[in-house]
Amino acid sequence: MKIDRRYFLSLGIGAAAGTALSPLPWKSMDDSSIWSQNWPWTPVPPDGEATYENSTCTLCPGGCGITVRKIDDRVIKIEGRKGHPVNDGGICSLGLSGAQLLYSPTRLNGPMIKVNGSFQKISWDEAISKIAEKLTDLRLQGKSHTVAAITGSPRGTVPNLFKRFLDVYGSPNFLYPSSFEDSYSHLAKKTHGQKALPGFDFENADYILSFGAGIIEGWGSPVRMFRANSNWKSRHIKLVQVEPRLSNTAAKSDKWLPIKPGTEAVLALGIAYVILRESLFDQGFINNRTDEFSAWREGVLETYHPARVAGITGIEQETINTIGREFARAKKPIALCGRGEGRTSEGIGEIAAIQALNALVGSIGIRGGAFAVPEPDYIKWPEFALDETAADGLNQKRIDGAGSNQYPDTDSLLHRLPRAILSGKGEPVNAILIANANPCYTLPDTQTVIKALKKIPFKVSFSTYMDETAALSDLILPNHSYLERYEDVPVTWSLAKSLIGLTIPVVSPQLNTKNTGDVIISIAKAMKGSISDAFPWKNYTDCLKTTLGKYWNPLQNNGYMKISNYNPPEKMTKFVFQVPDKTFPVDPEGDEKVLPLILIPNDSMRLSAGSTGSPPFLMKTVSDTVLKDNDTLVQVNPNTAKKYGLKDGGYALLKTPRGFKKVKIYLSQGIGEGVISFPRGLGHTAYDKYLADKGVNFNELIGPVEDPASGLDVAWGIRASLTKV
Amino acid sequence: MSTEDENIKEVEAVEPAEDESSRLKSENPGNGIAGMTVLFFTIGFAASLIVGWIVFPNLLYSKKEQPIDFNHVMHMEEVDDGCESCHFFREDGTYSGVPKLDQCIDCHEEIQGDSRDEAVFVEEYISKGKEVPWLIYSKQPDCVFFSHSAHVRLAKMDCVTCHGPIGESTTLKTYEYNRITGYSRDIWGRNPENMLGLKKNTWDRMKMNDCAECHMEETGRKSSVSTHKDGCFVCHK
Ligand code: SF4
Repeated sequence: MKIDRRYFLSLGIGAAAGTALSPLPWKSMDDSSIWSQNWPWTPVPPDGEATYENSTCTLCPGGCGITVRKIDDRVIKIEGRKGHPVNDGGICSLGLSGAQLLYSPTRLNGPMIKVNGSFQKISWDEAISKIAEKLTDLRLQGKSHTVAAITGSPRGTVPNLFKRFLDVYGSPNFLYPSSFEDSYSHLAKKTHGQKALPGFDFENADYILSFGAGIIEGWGSPVRMFRANSNWKSRHIKLVQVEPRLSNTAAKSDKWLPIKPGTEAVLALGIAYVILRESLFDQGFINNRTDEFSAWREGVLETYHPARVAGITGIEQETINTIGREFARAKKPIALCGRGEGRTSEGIGEIAAIQALNALVGSIGIRGGAFAVPEPDYIKWPEFALDETAADGLNQKRIDGAGSNQYPDTDSLLHRLPRAILSGKGEPVNAILIANANPCYTLPDTQTVIKALKKIPFKVSFSTYMDETAALSDLILPNHSYLERYEDVPVTWSLAKSLIGLTIPVVSPQLNTKNTGDVIISIAKAMKGSISDAFPWKNYTDCLKTTLGKYWNPLQNNGYMKISNYNPPEKMTKFVFQVPDKTFPVDPEGDEKVLPLILIPNDSMRLSAGSTGSPPFLMKTVSDTVLKDNDTLVQVNPNTAKKYGLKDGGYALLKTPRGFKKVKIYLSQGIGEGVISFPRGLGHTAYDKYLADKGVNFNELIGPVEDPASGLDVAWGIRASLTKV
Repeated sequence: MSTEDENIKEVEAVEPAEDESSRLKSENPGNGIAGMTVLFFTIGFAASLIVGWIVFPNLLYSKKEQPIDFNHVMHMEEVDDGCESCHFFREDGTYSGVPKLDQCIDCHEEIQGDSRDEAVFVEEYISKGKEVPWLIYSKQPDCVFFSHSAHVRLAKMDCVTCHGPIGESTTLKTYEYNRITGYSRDIWGRNPENMLGLKKNTWDRMKMNDCAECHMEETGRKSSVSTHKDGCFVCHK
């Protein structure tokens, strides 16, 4: 028998028919689809019993209470804590992404030392004794004052341990980045005779006049502000947003005043003029609780006629009149400032002009008004003895000029550090300790900062992540993540009553890290003598427990503690008017002839612009009008674009006195002519592939501009040009 | 369209074929070629059925023994609350599933009886504080949301309806897992008819259609009773 094609065909048809009638094809198809929906490499939370732990978020200064859902020792989700006085159940997208930061592959595992340009692991003991030796050495050479420390904030036990360490060691150079809080604090010194933090009772206010504060863009304590904003909406409370750019806050406000950038304080005084002219101010408050009213009134009436103010600010005279009347007639109006997130400072003259509006209508120290909140003062450590070296060192001038005769009320001028180092004048910095801060990313004129830091021969970072500053350091002693450690979190940002939150170790340390508080205590102990004696605690937890004393238990059970029963002492409810001077409007850096545009930053809840890098979840929310592939888009008014021949989506070279970057153009009516903007928070060079090399770091293109009264950096923008490429 | 040459070949081929066909007709009245065709068809058909029904399932599933054996009957005699004594609901309404060591440790701190599995359990797991890596016959894919609470507490269903009379077993059956998906064979069903979607008992299979079928029977629609959501989102959130 010859087997030919015909038989093969029938065999094939038979096999096909049989296969179709068997489970093989159907089951394979089904299984493939199940497999593809459950890729084995997709991370899936484990099954098991869920437990919840209350802690405090430290990813921004907001101080929200969080509830962490865990299964076994694994964090599954972070939620806003219900009933918490700051955020009552709310949370922002950064706080929500905290688990990604905890389990991030860019976390540092154990201490590392740089040898010939690359990092090598060392043990904790070695790392601590290396620092102790180096610092002892410098001290023996009488160079203790050439050591500096930078912390993310001046408040709380860990920054204070650094400060105490520098004090007993013999260095005055304790530095931290300044913000709108520092400007208000300065003003408080002038008007209340005592430094104090700004607080606002937004929940009970009934008219909000915001001079650029990004109410829903991260200003103050962000989640608290979201809630306040929704509350205003439902109560039909008017929000007037004064801002050069149509931010989300401006878009959601009841009235947006697109002002010429940098002229906000001038507008405030124009509004004050209207209130004065029409005698709409609170006579009782002015008589009983203010000083210098007449002089101030004269100054305002002389210089800030709305017609003139309209010319400077670009806001029509009629609008100035209306806002003045509305503000004065409201029962509980509040005027506030602090551009965007409020991370940059404002001039004391500017802030005084805006706060004067609150004083005019009696909105100071009362329900629904502005408060001067004293610094939290729960840290009362025993006095310590200074040896001779320390006393000598402390008597030396600070490297940044803060606290000098020129700026007696300023505690820190971090933006001056780079130029102080590079100028070569004065003492060089021989060693620096940097904790909870990333100056190589967040400080203005970043390239100069990096150049300056490179000159410091001994740089120690305490970062949890391989951020820009850690990458540049000689030694890294990684801190626990905020979900793995105890730490007190003083929450001040614009709260009318500040409180102390507590972070607790929600999970056991995932990597070979140590609480920076413990490390500082260990370094001090290793240095023996008076330094060791100033740190009588066994470890950081012991220090925290003793510091908090009777509050430790309630704080541990409750997670936060109100600094309660605060009735402002009389002097804190008074106001001393500051006669307007010539310190504002502050001119941006750059020559108008060569750089005809003005570049301003903007802040967004979708990006973290501070020392915490945006986690991948957050980066996913960034829209492609902000970041496209790896290009930053600069927001440009169509008329500006026409003038310079720029096209939507086209490339251009963005130049400022501090540098240049290739960017893309995004045409938008949401920004005035001649002004351009892009957000802070992009352009990292360190961290991971989700964050590094994406867009441009705004800080690289701007430099500091100093307020003559305080020395604080008050740059709100910079001159720029855009050239098509 | 064909070329001239091809036409010629066709013509040549026709003639001998006529001869042969008449010869075949006389030798094998009926259908010589057709018979062979049917034979080959049948071979192909039968072989693929065997492959599809017997070889394929055997290849698709791999067998694994449980780390230790477990006697449900014996434990049922010891407890008061039936299945829920060990497979309980947590306070927040979530379901605990397979017991963890914590629940066993009270009785099994010391070796009970003289079975080998008991000795392994105590020595390898209890005393080392290591959870037993039980293989779970009823584990659904991670993309499926299933609430025991809604079914057992609200709809008052018996465990047996879906899990079968496991409580009456004295030993654990061999676990078979799908090499493609990694899930247990019990989901698809172990018996031949289950493969066609047929079943004798409600617990024989537990695929998506089985869930839908029961939802239709019990509630008249495929939606969730508690959320009233229809379609995919009842189970795939
Ligand atoms: S607002 Fe700040 S503190 Fe609150 S959750 Fe977000 S990052 Fe954390």
